[in-house]
Amino acid sequence: MALSTLSRRGLRSTLFKPLSAAVSSRPISSDAPLTIETSVPFTAHNCEAPSRAVTTSSSELLSFFRQMALMRRMEIAADSLYKAKLIRGFCHLYDGQEAVAIGMEAGITRKDCIITAYRDHCTFLGRGGSLLEVFAELMGRKDGCSKGKGGSMHFYRKEGGFYGGHGIVGAQVPLGCGLAFAQKYSKDETVTFALYGDGAANQGQLFEALNIAALWDLPAILVCENNHYGMGTAEWRAAKSPAYYKRGDYVPGLKVDGMDVLAVKQACKFAKEHALKNGPLILEMDTYRYHGHSMSDPGSTYRTRDEISGVRQERDPIERVRKLLLSHDIAAEKELKDIEKEVRKEVDEAIAKAKESPVPDPSELFSNVYVKGLGVEAFGVDRKVMRATLP
Amino acid sequence: MATLFHPPLTAFSASNKLHFPSPISARKGDFFVVRSDARMNHLLSRGTHKSRTQKLLTNAVATKADSSTSSQTGHELLLFEALREGLEEEMERDPRVCVMGEDVGHYGGSYKVTKGLAPKFGDLRVLDTPIAENAFTGMGIGAAMTGLRPIVEGMNMGFLLLAFNQISNNCGMLHYTSGGQFKIPIVIRGPGGVGRQLGAEHSQRLESYFQSIPGIQMVACSTPYNAKGLMKAAIRSENPVILFEHVLLYNLKERIPDEEYVLSLEEAEMVRPGDHVTILTYSRMRYHVMQAAKTLVNKGYDPEVIDIRSLKPFDLYTIGNSVKKTHRVLIVEECMRTGGIGASLTASITENFNDYLDAPIICLSSQDVPTPYAGTLEEWTVVQPAQIVAAVEQLCQ
Repeated sequence: MALSTLSRRGLRSTLFKPLSAAVSSRPISSDAPLTIETSVPFTAHNCEAPSRAVTTSSSELLSFFRQMALMRRMEIAADSLYKAKLIRGFCHLYDGQEAVAIGMEAGITRKDCIITAYRDHCTFLGRGGSLLEVFAELMGRKDGCSKGKGGSMHFYRKEGGFYGGHGIVGAQVPLGCGLAFAQKYSKDETVTFALYGDGAANQGQLFEALNIAALWDLPAILVCENNHYGMGTAEWRAAKSPAYYKRGDYVPGLKVDGMDVLAVKQACKFAKEHALKNGPLILEMDTYRYHGHSMSDPGSTYRTRDEISGVRQERDPIERVRKLLLSHDIAAEKELKDIEKEVRKEVDEAIAKAKESPVPDPSELFSNVYVKGLGVEAFGVDRKVMRATLP
Repeated sequence: MATLFHPPLTAFSASNKLHFPSPISARKGDFFVVRSDARMNHLLSRGTHKSRTQKLLTNAVATKADSSTSSQTGHELLLFEALREGLEEEMERDPRVCVMGEDVGHYGGSYKVTKGLAPKFGDLRVLDTPIAENAFTGMGIGAAMTGLRPIVEGMNMGFLLLAFNQISNNCGMLHYTSGGQFKIPIVIRGPGGVGRQLGAEHSQRLESYFQSIPGIQMVACSTPYNAKGLMKAAIRSENPVILFEHVLLYNLKERIPDEEYVLSLEEAEMVRPGDHVTILTYSRMRYHVMQAAKTLVNKGYDPEVIDIRSLKPFDLYTIGNSVKKTHRVLIVEECMRTGGIGASLTASITENFNDYLDAPIICLSSQDVPTPYAGTLEEWTVVQPAQIVAAVEQLCQ
């Protein structure tokens, strides 16, 4: 089951080589189902919480480890590229929150839609995007997923059901409910996960959209990635009630340990089933970002270094999976180190390739403003040609 | 560095199998005489000149087009009915078309544009939304990203300001920021404009607000004929289109063809060909201009009146040809003066056709004031026919 999800990923070829190597040296079969209990119970609001016992397999755990390590490495590399001034403008990093992107993908399929805010690099990767597209976009190159026109906050992947990538806090939630409406309209039994942060949880449009989604029984799942700081404002300083899973009132909610990839997977599977049957649901993912809000934020003025290192030591999503792999004797320490080395190499190669990608052609400045040739007869003084002069 | 773009020339006849007039005949031959009904006359003739206005209007709007065909064939309807007919035809033609907005369903639409659609197409295609413009506009855009073609009604254009972020950042820019991955084939429409003493918030002139949003197309309808044609074109467009309707024009009556037709979103309408001066106008001001045109004709002037219709991008082809002929331009708009459509039009004409101009362009706009409630004040907010006559006389001195 997990393998079938995996095989559809773009990372497949690189992912399977070390995986089978690691597995073949072990006596246990890679697909032996495992049941692992989440360390923290789910907290439910107006619904029955799913079981804490999560079914997984050793291959799935290994792939979780590899993909999260890849995401972590990618974000750290983006940080260096920013400091080297190859990435400019905005750059919001996801390290620390990887379990949410990965666990969500494990619980759903690519036919389900995902829409998120500006911290979108890893979500894009999870939806099948490539490292090259990520780095090329971050550096404003032609091979970027948005042809270098979007930047860090505007990643999209239509064929992977990834609808962005949005810079205005909270404005993606109505869009997400619109996606869910389209799914209901076309009766294709899929759902939309609309992600937002704890900062956006106080936006009015979120409640407007939630009301409509509930009225119309839309298959929309609102996922609050609660990393506890809206930029530099702690959740309790911005929200009278920081229990975001309860904020939907009439809409059921579930609080999930967002640092536990298995808990996220379980919750998202549960949410999909729920949404198809009963309409919207709120998932609050309790997570944490290690980096500051953006590159200009050292991330240490509004929280203590002890807090960050405490989370790293006790709740880190990658370390948690590493411990599971070791304790269940699925992989040895050395094999995991090798995987980390491999993803590092993969990231470096993608960066080198992205650096070679050309900057967009000047004519790209004007393309994609309008869809042309469809109802558009002509622009300009002679009805045929739009002339644009660049300085 | 000069960059050239060659968008494919898609004449309607080429891109659609359905029967409708070729672009040329749509532009010239199929122009119908606008016969304002009594109500329309009443609306335009506040004050003491009622009988004169009526006379002026019926005559002034007459063009050199052959009117014998128009009175014999087709069917007569009001502008809001023309919009509804366009909507209904497109909903029948394409199952992806749906309508959402406040009271568009069971109530039938506050200006009856969607009347009768809910019983016919059901609650999934004609959606009554809560009063939450920001959310339902965003939802329309989200649905459009997947390929649905929603028509979002702002019960009143002013309410759409609550959805400005969605219209600007998502509707207008998403095609671009996604590197062309997503198209947003949405139509946002609703009544706006000054009239009926609705007060400042409900008499908005929002063209100027929306015109600088990249990626948005804007059209303004002014007759039942073009209302239907533009509505259908807007729904079929792959681009986000804002369709401007005017509260005072909903009850305008006209005979329109029985056959299906679609208009171009990028084409101005020649209302009255002439030689002395080009008067560019749109929406309701078209009728003030035509009122003035009658007076001007009596005074010996031969003005060319063009309803620009397409507010973004402009049809610089039609406009340019006219400027090359008359060498004088008067713009009459209901939009506010500062940063309005007229200001952009002036800039465009100066940029492209300055050599052909014999006199500086005159632009008559509405006043930069919140629309007042009191009837007389409201009337003074917008351009009146007498001002148009004076401006033409000044231009042609």
